[in-house]
Amino acid sequence: MTKKNSSAIQRRLIPTYIFLIIVSFISVFPLYWMIAAATNRSVDVARGKITFGAYALENFQKLTQQTDLWGALGNSFLYAIVQTVVALLVCSLAGYGFELYHDKWKDKVFSILLLAMMIPQVATMIPLFKMISSAGLLNTVWAFILPSISTPFLIMMFRQNSRNFPVDIMEAARLDGLSELQIYFRMYMPVMKSTYAAAAVITFMNAWNSYLWPKVVMADTRAQTMPMLIANLASGYTVDYGVLMMGVLFCSIPTMIIFFVLQKQFAEGITGSVK
Amino acid sequence: MSKQKKSLNIQGKQQRAGWVFLAPAAIMIAVFSFYPMVQAFITSFTTGTGVNQRMAEPLFYNYTRMFADRTFLRSVGNTFLYLAIEVPIMLVLAILLAQLLNNRDLKFRGLFRTMVFLPCATSLVSYALIFKSLFAVDGLINTIFVNLGIFESNYNFLGNTGSARAIIIIALIWRWTGYNMVFYLAGLQNIEYSVYEAAKIDGANGWKTFWKITVPLLMPTIVMTVIMSINGTLQLFDESVNLTQGGPAYSTITMSHYIYNNAFGLGVGKFGYASAMSFFIFILVAILSAISMKVGDNRD
Repeated sequence: MTKKNSSAIQRRLIPTYIFLIIVSFISVFPLYWMIAAATNRSVDVARGKITFGAYALENFQKLTQQTDLWGALGNSFLYAIVQTVVALLVCSLAGYGFELYHDKWKDKVFSILLLAMMIPQVATMIPLFKMISSAGLLNTVWAFILPSISTPFLIMMFRQNSRNFPVDIMEAARLDGLSELQIYFRMYMPVMKSTYAAAAVITFMNAWNSYLWPKVVMADTRAQTMPMLIANLASGYTVDYGVLMMGVLFCSIPTMIIFFVLQKQFAEGITGSVK
Repeated sequence: MSKQKKSLNIQGKQQRAGWVFLAPAAIMIAVFSFYPMVQAFITSFTTGTGVNQRMAEPLFYNYTRMFADRTFLRSVGNTFLYLAIEVPIMLVLAILLAQLLNNRDLKFRGLFRTMVFLPCATSLVSYALIFKSLFAVDGLINTIFVNLGIFESNYNFLGNTGSARAIIIIALIWRWTGYNMVFYLAGLQNIEYSVYEAAKIDGANGWKTFWKITVPLLMPTIVMTVIMSINGTLQLFDESVNLTQGGPAYSTITMSHYIYNNAFGLGVGKFGYASAMSFFIFILVAILSAISMKVGDNRD
């Protein structure tokens, strides 16, 4: 009876399956094509070859000859990791302060900070560029990270998630003689592990993918990031598709790995403070 | 009495500790968001470049100039075109997918979800370049269409206004649908599954369930994704720069791209003019966010 019922349900779901298969195909195909193209010669890619070829190594060698691939990869990792560590520390400390020590005035400050969410990046770009350049920080990791260390999004994410933090253990810790900062390091951080993980994933992804701001302050080739490297590769008069897609592949590998290994944290990071 | 005073002292100390904890973040937002915003507003009343920056004559010169600048008006038009077409299609598709994937009778749910979500794993520059290559004159889409006999010869998708705009929209939908779906899936998980079971027993079909249960209960999430999408679309940059270079003849350029070109593109930096245009975007974002929030409130 139930079996018959369930097969009837599955039959009714056939249009759903077909729709989902089509959508999934469209979602995955461009990425498959990118990987396949990275293994083919440009002429074959242009001819419409969509299977894997034998030119991966050659494309890779051309890529390393034409660009400073390792330099850009190193830069991207450095900037993204430093930004993630510093942003998490600053924003989680603020989220902790706002939620667990909250009073009327702190709530007011919080709602003012939220207004920063409405400020478009292009609007602050010029004054920030002037600030960074007059401080002599152009083409340094500081130029990259300073404007995006403290974000309303991350502060809000930590604040909202702190709601579940057991306040009783703070009292107990105080009786044990722990300072407020010690409570943060020894109790808050371990309890909030999963929030840190989600925040780390989303911050790393954002830093790795950012393009407009690095384009403004990291003009020196030695300071350039992976997205800048592949954008330059594509801006030439003739484009070698094999080499370009090898570059795109290298730019995508770290984020793809994070996506497949930490998909749950990534999804939590995107939705952030939404409960 | 003294005990009470002491506990007040401790509380005061704790409150001060709270201020110390939030100070670095608050100061950084003030220095790197609010202060530059004020600076941008002031700069928007200046003209000249580099060290020759001076107050504009008349003061609102950059603002009047902006509305006579055809390329700027085109960039505003383009951005709103993307907004009007892309955002509704993407959000409807995202809700639909979330609704379909929330069905517990469905097999391979996790696999489908992962695949629909996958485009989010690529950087904006990466996917812009992938789409640029796919739709190039000698790209895969042309090869397929010519071989199928749909086109007689290769079509220059990115060299023609209509198709270039369509490709930006298609690319945006591809990249962001799964992203928005994640919000809706999270929202749907908060709705008791039994509500759906009950609706089914009452004989409500999928369509009715969707409109009577899913949409009203997801309203806060929908409002939020609408605001985020508007905000994101008004600031589009990477796609315009890397997919079409704003072309042909500025017919796909976005506001952010045009502002960037004026400030840091070829030639001298027109910081005053660029700041005026960027302030215009700020006003737009603020107004549209306020409207979306208002609409969301009324529905509650």
